[in-house]
Amino acid sequence: MVSSSPAITNKLDIEAIRKEFPILHQQVNGRDLVYFDNAATSQKPLSVINALIDYYKGYNANIHRGIHTLAEKATKAYEETRHAAKRFINAQSEQEIIFTRGVTESINLVSSSYGRAFVKEGDEIIISGLEHHSNIVPWQFVCEEKKATLRTIPVSPEGELDLDAYRKLLSSKTKLVSINHASNSLGTINPIKEIIKLAHEVGAVVLVDGAQAGAHIEIDVQDLDCDFYCLSSHKMYGPTGTGILYGKKELLEKMPPYHGGGEMIKEVTFEKTTYNDLPYKFEAGTPNIADVVAYKAAFDFINELGKENIAAHEHELLVYATERVSKLKSVKLIGTAKHKVGVLSFAVEGIHHFDIGQMLDARGVAVRTGHHCTQPLMTCFGIEGTVRASFAVYNTKQEIDQLVEGLERIINFMK
Amino acid sequence: MTVNQIQDEIISEFSLLDGDMEMTVFYIMELGQKLPVMPESDKTEENVVKGCQSKVWLTGIVKDEKIFFTADSNTAITKGLVSLLVRIFNGQTPDTILNTDLYFMHKIGMERFIGTQRSNGFAAMIKQMKLYALAFKTKMEVKS
Repeated sequence: MVSSSPAITNKLDIEAIRKEFPILHQQVNGRDLVYFDNAATSQKPLSVINALIDYYKGYNANIHRGIHTLAEKATKAYEETRHAAKRFINAQSEQEIIFTRGVTESINLVSSSYGRAFVKEGDEIIISGLEHHSNIVPWQFVCEEKKATLRTIPVSPEGELDLDAYRKLLSSKTKLVSINHASNSLGTINPIKEIIKLAHEVGAVVLVDGAQAGAHIEIDVQDLDCDFYCLSSHKMYGPTGTGILYGKKELLEKMPPYHGGGEMIKEVTFEKTTYNDLPYKFEAGTPNIADVVAYKAAFDFINELGKENIAAHEHELLVYATERVSKLKSVKLIGTAKHKVGVLSFAVEGIHHFDIGQMLDARGVAVRTGHHCTQPLMTCFGIEGTVRASFAVYNTKQEIDQLVEGLERIINFMK
Repeated sequence: MTVNQIQDEIISEFSLLDGDMEMTVFYIMELGQKLPVMPESDKTEENVVKGCQSKVWLTGIVKDEKIFFTADSNTAITKGLVSLLVRIFNGQTPDTILNTDLYFMHKIGMERFIGTQRSNGFAAMIKQMKLYALAFKTKMEVKS
């Protein structure tokens, strides 16, 4: 069960923060919207929305190649986001920050490039039972192609990884370990520092899927010593369609390019192409300039509030929601790890999660229902899916009350 | 009652809900609860309606040249939705089922309370019922 003492007391003015999110101030089905689907995608503050508008109104141009003023401005803004990302995760240099479409593409980049170049027949790749399909399927591709084996760290009934089993899985055959920082289905925060250290002891590299960590947990890639770290902008108050792949420079340099095209080349002849330097080697074609530019506003937004403050507020919400929802009759919490981000997953005995989702929507409450792209995990719990409420910095306890009220009505109606 | 009389009855029932989404959803689930029980032996893989996000079983029999459907679903709302179709089509001839324009869907604002995925599922249920009607019609024609 979630520990009830938040790291620090909450210092944020939530009402002021809510004013920055225009989308929250609307009615859905006649009631105030309660948005609890933040693990799927978070809403965007005005600063991010305005950054997009400013870009298209003021300096839309293709980057890196033009010498005119607009191209220069756009290039500068694009590279400023790279600098912000570097600082956000404490990478050593901007060369280690590659812009992608998000975590899914970041993982696919590593699995295609690193996986295909360095994984060989008989090697093993380790993932965990808590992974999103995006951190399963790309590795299945590599294993199938290379005749390597995919191993899985088992999950306890509480939703925590079994580290003893992990230690036993590690061997000289282990080439790569790919694990999420926090689980999207259950919220479990994984002990990735230890996971990374153990993997390094057998010479394996480690990729961390940070999709559910970006807006909630402090990330220091040098302290973690991870080899790759992936983020999605849209889960951390930024625009959709962009994200980053962090990779240690020496690894990225060894890796072959992922996509071929413009920007990633140094020189092209019909006989041979030489590749551009990092990070451009991995950024073929015109990138998603506008969204990358606006992504900086999302980093700034999180930095200004302070991740510790955000985490403390969300923790308070999680503790409150856990306490209230677990008291409802017939409710079973799915995932009761000690360390969690603001994700509350649960099932109600005798009521299908789809029905709960639709009934809550009828009361203006947006939650996620289903398997959350983690079918193997759901199978492991013996369920088809859960109802998932996931919190962000703009959520309030009153909104949790609205969720609980909705659940009470559904349960009373159905029983 | 004719299919259109039944459709009109449904439209008038839903109009009493005044567009309130919660009441509408509750009402649909209540309708589902009233659906005659489908024998477990009929809940076979063969009777599953393909294309529904929830699990829906549907089967039909012919009696006196009229079709009678039984259905069930693992979700209460979908069960309510399929119960509307069962109510409209039960006891109708294959020709009526094949030729009915289901205008009640639009009139009760169904698109408002079932999302895109459920709409596809609902369309799949209708298609399945019409396929039953076509199959029974062909069978009857061969016999006569």
